[in-house]
Formats: sequence, structure tokens, C-alpha cells
Amino acid sequence: MGLQAYLVLAAAVFCIGLFGVISRRNAIGILLGIELMLNAVNINLVAFARFSGDLTGLVFTVFTICITVSEAALGLAIVILLFRVRRTVTADHLDLLKG
Amino acid sequence: MSLETVAFACLSAVLVGAALAVVLSKNLFHAVLWLALALTGTAGVFLLLEADFLAAVQLLLYAGGVVTVAVFAIVVTEHLVGERISQTNRRLAGGAIVSIGVFALIVSTLAQRPLATARPAMTGDLTKMLGENVLTQFVLPFELLALLMVAALLAAIYFARPTD
Repeated sequence: MGLQAYLVLAAAVFCIGLFGVISRRNAIGILLGIELMLNAVNINLVAFARFSGDLTGLVFTVFTICITVSEAALGLAIVILLFRVRRTVTADHLDLLKG
Repeated sequence: MSLETVAFACLSAVLVGAALAVVLSKNLFHAVLWLALALTGTAGVFLLLEADFLAAVQLLLYAGGVVTVAVFAIVVTEHLVGERISQTNRRLAGGAIVSIGVFALIVSTLAQRPLATARPAMTGDLTKMLGENVLTQFVLPFELLALLMVAALLAAIYFARPTD
């Protein structure tokens, strides 16, 4: 399989995640979409690293995986906190910062 | 068709199908389970690219960690609200147009570029080389990453602590 096949697969997963971020109403659903998008980025990084024969991309992937996991844990904690304060997880209702 | 082509086709089908189920499933709990399948499929893609260490990290951190935390968040919010949270999507047409547009843009850009069709053969143990890289050339980012994870997880615990 060529590099192109992997990149197209990653693009497909990224766009599905983007669709989820746009269309979901629930904040947790939006976070799941973001996870899909970040996952697609990891596929891209590994594919480019393997096809260029440079290991740096793989080291970078380890870093991005750890950072996205931190992001997920923190994001879900914020959702739980918001739920406690506002009793809702619907993103449309979270308009505290609206002027 | 080589074995790799067949494996790639199967993994792609699983990955895209599970990803679609994540964004379209009415039940949020099912969406998380589909996400687990999608993340496992990604680990399979990593295996196909001979990055076996990354596949293991992917399974441990994503399929193990993120999915568990997401299930916790859903259970907590649904339990407290005492009813099923409605999972209707909105702006389906707009979202579809934007994502299909982005996909078309990426694919048309990829089609114009000459890309490698064969990857160089793997020389040596990838996990060993990865470890040597992380602990020599990238030791400072690695330590910063440890700091970031501790800070993020402490903050998550602080945010989600029970109110007293």
C-alpha cells in the first residue's frame, strides 16, 4: 500500500470526526468527535514517518498520543464540572461567556 | 492482491464504519463503544505500518484510558440528570457539506502530489530505536511531557472532585 492510501484513510476519519464536532449537541459527543480527529492526525504522522524512513515522526506520535489523552481527561472533567454547575451537557446551553 | 492490501481494506472498512457510528449513533454510550472499536482499528493500522510499540501505546492509553473516562463522564451526567439525555444531531446538512468539502480538498491536494508508493524496509528493532531517541535527543520534551501529564491529570481530579 502506498502512502496515499493511508493519507486518504486518515482524511476520511478526520472529516467524519469534523462532522461529529459540528453536528453533535452533547458536549461529550463533541469531545468524541475531537478524539477521532486527533486519531486521524496520529495515523498521518506514523504513515509519513514510516514512508520517509525517519524515526522522529514516531517519537512525535508518542508525544501527541500522550497530549491528546491529557486533553481528553481534562475535557471530560470540565464537562462533569459544567454539568454540576449548570445541570446540562448540551453545548448550546453553555453560554456563560455570551456578552 | 497481497496480504497487506487485504488487511488494509478490512482495517479501513472497520475504521471508517466505526467512526461513522461514533458520530451518528443515537445512544451516546454506544458511540463510546464504537469509538473504542475505531481506536482499536487505528492500532491495527499502526501494526500494518510496523509500528508495534505505538499500537500497544494506542491500545493502552486510548482504548483503555480515554474510553473508560468517557464512559465515566456519561454515567455520571446521565445518573445525575435522572433521564436519558437526548442525542439528536442538528445541522446535519451543514456538517455534511463542510466535512465532505474538507475531504474533497484533501484528496484533490493529495492527488496532485507525487507520493511514495513503497516504504523503506525496517532495519533493527523499532521499539529499541524509539526508546534510545526518546531518552537522548528528545529527553527534554519527554520530561516536559511527563510534567504536562501530571498537571493535566491533577487538574482533572481537582475539577471532578466531589463537592463538600
